[in-house]
Amino acid sequence: MSVLDVAAIKADFPILSTTVRGGQPLVYLDSGATSQKPVVVLDAERDFYEHANAAVHRGAHALAEEATDAFENARRTIAAFNGARSEDLVFTKNATESLNLAAYAFSNATALAQFEPHAANPQFVLRPGDSIVVTEMEHHANLVPWQEVCRKTGATLRWIPLTEEGRLDLTNIDSIIDKTTKAVSVVHQSNILGTLNPVRQLMELAHAVHAVGIIDACQSIPHMPVSMDELGADLVAWSGHKMLGPTGIGCLWGTESILNAMPPFLSGGSMIEMVAMEKSTFALPPAKFEAGTPMAAQAVGLAVAVRYLENIGMEAVAAHEDALTQYTLDALNSLDGVRIIGPADSKDRGSAISFVVEGLHPHDVGQVLDSVGVAVRVGHHCAWPTCRRFGVPSTTRISPYIYNDFRDIDKAVLGIQAAQEFFGVNA
Amino acid sequence: MNLEALYQDIILDHYKNPRGKGLLEHPLASAFHVNPTCGDEITVQVGADESGGLRIGYEGQGCSISQASASVLVELIQGKSVEDSEQVRLAFIELMHSKGVGEPDEEVLGDAVAFAGVAKFPARVKCALLAWMALQDAEIQAGLLTTGEPS
Repeated sequence: MSVLDVAAIKADFPILSTTVRGGQPLVYLDSGATSQKPVVVLDAERDFYEHANAAVHRGAHALAEEATDAFENARRTIAAFNGARSEDLVFTKNATESLNLAAYAFSNATALAQFEPHAANPQFVLRPGDSIVVTEMEHHANLVPWQEVCRKTGATLRWIPLTEEGRLDLTNIDSIIDKTTKAVSVVHQSNILGTLNPVRQLMELAHAVHAVGIIDACQSIPHMPVSMDELGADLVAWSGHKMLGPTGIGCLWGTESILNAMPPFLSGGSMIEMVAMEKSTFALPPAKFEAGTPMAAQAVGLAVAVRYLENIGMEAVAAHEDALTQYTLDALNSLDGVRIIGPADSKDRGSAISFVVEGLHPHDVGQVLDSVGVAVRVGHHCAWPTCRRFGVPSTTRISPYIYNDFRDIDKAVLGIQAAQEFFGVNA
Repeated sequence: MNLEALYQDIILDHYKNPRGKGLLEHPLASAFHVNPTCGDEITVQVGADESGGLRIGYEGQGCSISQASASVLVELIQGKSVEDSEQVRLAFIELMHSKGVGEPDEEVLGDAVAFAGVAKFPARVKCALLAWMALQDAEIQAGLLTTGEPS
């Protein structure tokens, strides 16, 4: 079926050979929430703790040097995966923190401007009348932080609406991104609709009005080749745990000039240049944004995850998922009473596929799928306004990855039919 | 896994044929609750009938467990005194927190004993409790209760 040897890949993931709910073999179709981890990633974390563990960037003993080398080598590997320089890659706790780091640059600069005008870069200072632009398909992580920035600064939040098909409606884009706009923060691939957005075009529109361009790439970087150059953004946020890496590590890439212009986010140890009782000066990026002891073992684990994906090849990953997407869409479209929420064909869309079953609540669909070992996500997927847009309280979502094949999709489809049967809503 | 243990016939019946659904004309208080993990929502109202018993109204949308639970709530609480309804409400909350090992008292809980299986599914306990938490809130707002805990 596929460009990938799925059986061989599956064998690399210990959890995928386990059973759930009284002996049902696990079919994991919830990788949009978090991916499973190959054994090489687990081994890498353990190996770091067994042979190299020390606090990085402090101390002069042998282990401190080894740990620092491992951490910074990991940064180089992870940056290079997306064609970036390691100096421009900031590690965070997760993508939510990465996006908050970007949002706080605006509220912190606006606060600084009151008392230390020279210290606040005007690019980030907001006033009533200024606007920030997002889309109606953002994950809460790229919506709520901007709502908070607006509350603190008096700026106005605007959003690009959606078409019935689940794509951005750019009809009135010139009145949404205009000369009042100071930031445009948009999702590359929607976690709920699967839509792949024309982010490069939106970044160009942002730059034409001198706004900062930000991209949430959580659902694209794990699934397709992504080059920072081609995105054309100032800041890009993503997480490690959705791309085979450990939890506890996220990424924020920024251009050299934007990272230099942004005020710090969290402050404390590691992020300073010089500290006196009266005041402090700050380290250069990325250290400027990495206060406290960093997540070294997780960085090492994520670097191994990245190498694992490189060995498969991101072109092959994308081709595999395209095939799965088309197969899943065809299967769901053939079921009576099933409505896909999001683009109905595989063009410019990823493999996260949301749907609702007529007469059935997503929670109940998910429960029946769970009873046959199929793990899917149910709920609003942290994109509640998107659900509202489509008039549904929540959806069921299938989100496959490199370790899934057509048979996994078949099991999910059988589960959906079983749910219709069980609740007596067969169309 | 045995789906029937979770979705007992009584639950499916209340889900498909909800009892007493609709809002009151003259409520003493209303409480709107949502389950933030799935977006399910419910409005529960309390009022008084001629003999001093409770009148319950509700509207909501959500999964079979949350909606059936609201329907069972109305059937059990409608017309009861505040004191008697407290006994039922507290028994239901205790059952939901029993992790499925509790022995429900059918005398007190009636159809609500069917929810014993739900207590084995931590993700669904919130669904079952949604209407009951809204009831507590509405009763506090109406001045019928001072706290959600037993006195």
